[in-house]
Amino acid sequence: MATEGRLRIKTLVMVCAMVVCANAGDLMLKRGMLQIGAVQLSESGLAHAFRMTVSSGTLWVGIIFLCGFMLSYMTVLSWADYSYVMPAGAFGYALLTFFAVIFLHEAVSPRRWVGVVLICVGVLLVGQTKPRTTVVAREALA
Amino acid sequence: MTHVALFLSFLIFGSTGGEIAITRGMKATGEPGRLRPKEMLQFLGRALCNGWFWAGVPLMALSFYALLLLLSWEPISFVIPASALSYVVGTFGAKYLLGEQISAARWAGVVLVCAGVALVALG
Repeated sequence: MATEGRLRIKTLVMVCAMVVCANAGDLMLKRGMLQIGAVQLSESGLAHAFRMTVSSGTLWVGIIFLCGFMLSYMTVLSWADYSYVMPAGAFGYALLTFFAVIFLHEAVSPRRWVGVVLICVGVLLVGQTKPRTTVVAREALA
Repeated sequence: MTHVALFLSFLIFGSTGGEIAITRGMKATGEPGRLRPKEMLQFLGRALCNGWFWAGVPLMALSFYALLLLLSWEPISFVIPASALSYVVGTFGAKYLLGEQISAARWAGVVLVCAGVALVALG
């Protein structure tokens, strides 16, 4: 059915946007905080860390990505099942492992590879079920 | 050990409860007509006026606080695999609180993802 195919495609596109934004946001936050260095838990240390964080371009890019994640998450949940989106979003764990191997040349243990395979098979199984099994409000389409 | 179990349940039930409340809010909001800036801003405005959305936010904050506390007591290799149980709890919530139909394939996928996340987190 054409409508169901369209629903599946827009759900998958939005879940991909969610996964990419969440991972890119986390990586940017990590990189930004590494640039700032360990935060000293004193009054002057916290004040310095605050000034550094609000003026860090990397952290702002990370925050924009995380806002993108929240917006795509809210949007996809307005039409798709929570039980479809939640496991599909776990694909990010597998993606991070691939990135770690390809770009950072990290060694990955066999146990972690088994986990990645289980996630990929699980996401494929969930992905072939119907993205929506409930009735959705459609005020915006009226 | 009791406090670890207590905060682990805050983490699992807080995060899934928060996400289920947000899902209910977003379903009540209705999907945006088009994925264009004007329609998306109107969609966001409607979502932020929904009570379910604001019921979900403190629950997610509670789960985040529980996560921070757990990470200060226990190694991450215990906390993240244990919190992967939220995929199973969330699926039960979706079935009984949101009325979603969970097919056998979806259940199998959720269980595999749950086990996979636990293995990846164990490293």
